[in-house]
Amino acid sequence: MSSNLELILPSRIESVDEAASKAEIFARENGFGDDVVSAVDLAVRESVANAVKHGNKFDDDKSVEVTLEAVVNAFSIQVRDHGTGFTITEIPDPTDPANILNASGRGILFMRSFMDEVEWVNHAEGGTIVKMIKRS
Amino acid sequence: MSDITISERQAGDVTILDLEGKVTIGEGSVALRNAIRRLLGEGKNKILLNLGSVGYIDSSGIGELVSSFTAVNKENGTLKLLNLTQKIQDLLAITKLLTVFDVYEDEAAALASFE
Repeated sequence: MSSNLELILPSRIESVDEAASKAEIFARENGFGDDVVSAVDLAVRESVANAVKHGNKFDDDKSVEVTLEAVVNAFSIQVRDHGTGFTITEIPDPTDPANILNASGRGILFMRSFMDEVEWVNHAEGGTIVKMIKRS
Repeated sequence: MSDITISERQAGDVTILDLEGKVTIGEGSVALRNAIRRLLGEGKNKILLNLGSVGYIDSSGIGELVSSFTAVNKENGTLKLLNLTQKIQDLLAITKLLTVFDVYEDEAAALASFE
């Protein structure tokens, strides 16, 4: 079994709901249960929100590209933005007492907590891709 | 249709906000921020957030809970949480925010704690 879905979305907050809703339908159509669907939903929301806000900085000329793939016993998500990139090790730990009352900065922690694999890579033509896998 | 409905009740000098729907990036987070700002503007600084009917929250929504907490503290008030769903409890545990918020499962006990 292998099935793909690609979405090209504008850099708007509404894209978060659209991507999450399509990912949920796609995951259920491919037979994944509540645990995977719930993790995928959260990971798609957080990664698309980051791509829209921090990657593309709401620039209407830049798209967010989401690729979903359902394979045997695993669901993979790739979200690409067209921003200037970032260094993952420079992102502050939101659970550190010095940061715990920060208003933002918890999305990456959520992705890492609910997905089995998460990595960030620089795209050869610019922008960042976050790649995530959830096993069922 | 709005993602979130926020209803207000008063119990003595404690204001209870019953949240229903999604507290997520965009509308849901902004609605909560505006509700807290309005209460503080009215001098209501003892606030109990009932999250029992919040079906979904994301990192932006969790961030808004933290911002609400700090905004109320700044006004010498107190903000507490009531009826966490399992999902919200999990997210607050992951972020270590369960150690920050005063959390209750029973409304009467929550209200008594403000006295």
